[in-house]
Amino acid sequence: MLKINNITVTFEIDEGIVRAVDDVSFHVDRNEIVGLVGESGCGKSVTALSILRLIPLPYGKIETGEILFYGKNLLELDHNEMRKIRGRAISMIFQEPGSALSPLHTIGRQMVETILLHKNITVKEAWNIAETWVEKVKISDPKEMMFAYPYQLSGGMQQRVMIAMALMLEPDLIIADEPTTALDVTTQAQIFDLIKETRRSHTSILLITHDMGVIWEMCDRVLVMYASKIVEEGSRNDIFSRPKHPYTIALLEAIPKLSADKGRLKAIPGQVPSALDYPSGCHFFDRCPDAFDRCRDEKPKLVDLGNKHRTACFLVKNEL
Amino acid sequence: MNCKQPKKSPLLEVCDLQTWFPIKRGIMARTVGYVRAVDIVSLHINRGETLGLVGESGCGKSTLGRTLLGLEKARRGKILFCGKNLLELNRRELREIRKSMQIIFQDPLTALNPKMNIIDIITEGLVEFRLIQGTREDHAKRLMNEVGLDEEAIYRYPHEFSGGQRQRINIARALSLRPDLIVCDEPVSALDVSVQAQVINLLMDLRDRYNLSYLFISHNLSVVSNIAHRMAVMYLGKIVEYGPTGDIIKNPMHPYTKALINAVPKPDSEEAKHKSKRIILNGEMPSPSTPPSGCTFHTRCMEAMNICREKAPQEVKSGKHGVWCHLY
Ligand SMILES: Nc1ncnc2c1ncn2[C@@H]1O[C@H](COP(=O)(O)OP(=O)(O)O)[C@@H](O)[C@H]1O
Ligand SMILES: Nc1ncnc2c1ncn2[C@@H]1O[C@H](COP(=O)(O)OP(=O)(O)O)[C@@H](O)[C@H]1O
Ligand code: SF4
Ligand SMILES: [Mg+2]
Ligand SMILES: [Mg+2]
Repeated sequence: MLKINNITVTFEIDEGIVRAVDDVSFHVDRNEIVGLVGESGCGKSVTALSILRLIPLPYGKIETGEILFYGKNLLELDHNEMRKIRGRAISMIFQEPGSALSPLHTIGRQMVETILLHKNITVKEAWNIAETWVEKVKISDPKEMMFAYPYQLSGGMQQRVMIAMALMLEPDLIIADEPTTALDVTTQAQIFDLIKETRRSHTSILLITHDMGVIWEMCDRVLVMYASKIVEEGSRNDIFSRPKHPYTIALLEAIPKLSADKGRLKAIPGQVPSALDYPSGCHFFDRCPDAFDRCRDEKPKLVDLGNKHRTACFLVKNEL
Repeated sequence: MNCKQPKKSPLLEVCDLQTWFPIKRGIMARTVGYVRAVDIVSLHINRGETLGLVGESGCGKSTLGRTLLGLEKARRGKILFCGKNLLELNRRELREIRKSMQIIFQDPLTALNPKMNIIDIITEGLVEFRLIQGTREDHAKRLMNEVGLDEEAIYRYPHEFSGGQRQRINIARALSLRPDLIVCDEPVSALDVSVQAQVINLLMDLRDRYNLSYLFISHNLSVVSNIAHRMAVMYLGKIVEYGPTGDIIKNPMHPYTKALINAVPKPDSEEAKHKSKRIILNGEMPSPSTPPSGCTFHTRCMEAMNICREKAPQEVKSGKHGVWCHLY
């Protein structure tokens, strides 16, 4: 359904050129929940924004690649065609629901306006659709809530409204960028339950998060991103039980586990390299416990290990 | 180590502490009610011990930590630190005791003055208390080494550092006066996992090296379970359960603690593999200005009984594990 081929996104800033996304390819099938996981600054949000062509111009630029949505390259659509896709076929949920909702208008009005942008129906009909969705996301008093302003709602409630707005046009793909990062775990659990319950059976989700726990809870397939590149891709079980890339392995080990035993954590030494100046070889080279000469000079490509498990590391299938 | 408390008694002992914020309305700023941020809390921390404080945001964790440091005014209660009640000290005595109690905040950047370079930031306290022996550079370099920062960087400014490094600067500053207790308020919540682990390890090393005590506040139970010897669970301004970390994680008693633990996504536990049934907590925490009657958790509790709506539960203690719930 969605297929991204070799996209590279750069930003021109005073200090130089930021390679925010570097030669990234992946796909999302119908009905799949795909997780995109990585530390902050690794390029997750920029990947999401490029799918919707929301990269701030002119200093941001999609340098190369194609984004195929049902075979059509979104990068070649004009503004009007793109607007029809956004919200309707592909919708987005952001980390900060407060900033995605207008403070000036009631929830009901904002929902109705969005619906009318994409559907040729009466205001009354749109209002009914909106109200049904407010009810579906389990906001108590849906009738009253339609007249509330965003600031009157808690963060968790605002995120429910965003979910209602993302789902009400029955999109094919929802891109959720850290939808629960600002919320408590208890609220996060409620929100995930809600997303699982209310999405239509063939709606796909690209779920962006820095939290491996969230990936475990929600996703069928996982893309691990490090320093603007996808370093590993595989089913949830492969990534958690048989991780192959040294970064994935290190990341899983660095996460504090909820446990009764205490002790030092296995930290990853050093820091993420700057997107202004990546190493010439593997981006994980200077933090990798297993790096060897070849890793310094050459960029590893994703190699297929079977069962749709792929990793970009010279240690795997070294002979290639 | 500044504090010489009487032998055997804990370094810090808090009794029935209450911190309320007035809600003011109208031009006369009349007080129309109170946010009961901390509402009768008792706890203790021994020397070298880490007490983890967990709970949903808004439950009063930061206010409790800030009250200990005198950054919020307690309405009643006692804060016994090194055997003295901080709420009864005069300003000079308080200033002296401040040396022994420090705080580290979540957002390392806003806690650092952007116009000061690192040497000024981390020796500020030493200068104020006239504790410089030798040069300021020597002190600064020693502290930088201790927290794993490059000592060459002492003349740089906060914005030149990454998030993890900034938190190390905050830790160096907190350490400079050789405190006995550090309140760590979500110290790693703004950091990425790989850096988070580095900073948690650093805090554990420093604790063991200097026999420091921490009040470690975090909404992240996994982080707390790795560093805290004991844990306290807070809900709506009250502690609802406390005990040794292992007991709390393995045998949570309070329905709220159970729900919190259950909500944590657990990638590699056996339980997760079987995708066992989730306890999902309904609704949200009520406003701390109008807490529910009886057990304040009854509005969200799956086990609530009639008595829970009417009567506040008493503490039930078994060994080092205590809980406030009518089920026990
Ligand atoms: N509007 C922008 N201008 C300049 N640089 C940007 C902009 N947006 C993102 N970047 C840079 O692109 C990289 C990737 O950012 P982002 O996709 O937001 O990371 P993530 O979402 O994984 O935290 C970072 O180095 C970031 O600084
Ligand atoms: N300075 C203040 N004035 C008024 N209310 C406050 C103030 N600081 C905190 N509160 C309120 O006190 C309650 C507890 O807040 P806080 O201690 O920050 O919780 P936590 O750290 O657990 O998230 C919240 O309802 C918060 O809005
Ligand atoms: S006292 Fe009652 S309402 Fe409160 S936690 Fe226990 S069972 Fe639930
Ligand atoms: Mg992002
Ligand atoms: Mg707080």
